[in-house]
Amino acid sequence: MTTYSTNEFKSGLKLIIDGDPCTILENEFVKPGKGQAFNRVKLRNLKTGRIMEKTFRSGEAVKGADVVDVEMQYLYNDGEMWHFMDSASYDQHSGDRNAVGEAAKWLKGQEMCMVTLWNGRLLSVSPPTFVTLAVSATDPGVRGDTSSGGSKPATLETGAVVKVPFFVQVGDVIKIDSRTGEYVARAKDSV
Amino acid sequence: MSLEILALRAEMLAKVRAFFKARGVMEVETPILSHAASSDPNVDSLRTHYTPPDYGVGISLYLHTSPEYAMKRLLAAGAGPIYQITKVFRDGEEGRLHNPEFTLLEWYRPKIGYLELMDEVEALIRHLADTPPSERLTYAQAFKRYAGVDPYRASLVELRNYASACGFEIKSAVQEQRDVFLDFILAHHVAPKLGGDCATFIYEYPASQATLANISPREPVVSERFELFMRGIEIANGSAELTDPIEHRRRFSQAEETRRQRGADMAPRDQRFLSALESGLPPCAGVALGFDRMLMLQAGVSDIADVLTFPVAQA
Repeated sequence: MTTYSTNEFKSGLKLIIDGDPCTILENEFVKPGKGQAFNRVKLRNLKTGRIMEKTFRSGEAVKGADVVDVEMQYLYNDGEMWHFMDSASYDQHSGDRNAVGEAAKWLKGQEMCMVTLWNGRLLSVSPPTFVTLAVSATDPGVRGDTSSGGSKPATLETGAVVKVPFFVQVGDVIKIDSRTGEYVARAKDSV
Repeated sequence: MSLEILALRAEMLAKVRAFFKARGVMEVETPILSHAASSDPNVDSLRTHYTPPDYGVGISLYLHTSPEYAMKRLLAAGAGPIYQITKVFRDGEEGRLHNPEFTLLEWYRPKIGYLELMDEVEALIRHLADTPPSERLTYAQAFKRYAGVDPYRASLVELRNYASACGFEIKSAVQEQRDVFLDFILAHHVAPKLGGDCATFIYEYPASQATLANISPREPVVSERFELFMRGIEIANGSAELTDPIEHRRRFSQAEETRRQRGADMAPRDQRFLSALESGLPPCAGVALGFDRMLMLQAGVSDIADVLTFPVAQA
């Protein structure tokens, strides 16, 4: 097991805290002039996404988490698990609803995702920043209104609901920013 | 660092020198390089290598972490009230409030107590900055007010639980060390609340954290040591200086034992300083003030890098 001394702490370093893999977001050196030095660290729990603060005595060693990011292609969902494949090694990994989380609503198949593995197990999935999906349901827009003045909800082929401009119709293929869920543009080819 | 802050630094240096000149305190310089290192278990000295012309393999010399030992040698030699503005060096210290090389203003006055010295620190602060009169709290009062903890009566278990509930990851090595928990509570839950509207002095630090301060003659659990906080930042540390050479040797041994237990670098003791103490250090009080931090407050910036010409990463 790798361990890291507090003087190796920097944002992005992965540690095991209370049994869970965490990533360092911020690291601050705190020291009273005549006293003990500390590292005050803000971390994100990679399993729960929760953000927390911890303090370590400077110079101590903390267990590292064997966490790696691998680019993988999303294959399919079997109703319970989402399956991904490492396109370099052809290794397949799968994760449940908890692990895949919000990414699930942007995935229909074939997308290249960043998959985070912890000890070889699928921990979380980041979908592509921009996804292109077809609109499966939306109210007809007001005829003639092509300005960007308003928006309406639209359900996409993956089940995700996003806000789109009035002119977007069922069957249109649109580009969405998966980080914010915001509509970006209409894609050229419609289904 | 902006050119405005560069000018502000020059102006502050001039003001400090004018302040001490008017008060009859002499400016001195002492060596940055020393054969000995700091005894403080919480401060690590930087080591360098010196090769004299007649001595092939050379020797280790240490960059001072404070001019304390050398200035006390001058006091023992009868220098009278003295001050110094110097660069000091501390290994492993880098962050929003730390740079491994920084400027310290340190001064000593024979024949005054540490409470009187607090008055002079306040006079200097108000000479440099437009601040209202300071607030003074004992260490125990500050702990009770801001953390709801009595630093003397709370049991070790209570301190440990408090720190643990506040996110301190406690390893077995510190389970029994009261002062580590007190430092944690001070740094995270007391200091950030100090000196909001005015400068706050905290005095009567626990005897276990006396470093080289006298123990109070009327209250053996407290030492005659103070610190100054402004906007949550520690600015100065001062004390009535320990003059007893036997007690000094005892504290050095204790500090070395702590360093040994932590596996820290074992640096040589300053024997010349100890000899000077044996020849007689006059009763005195002394204080060290972080000049860069004072400048940060004046300039209204929150990172020490903003008041240094070239912080260590760019030096």
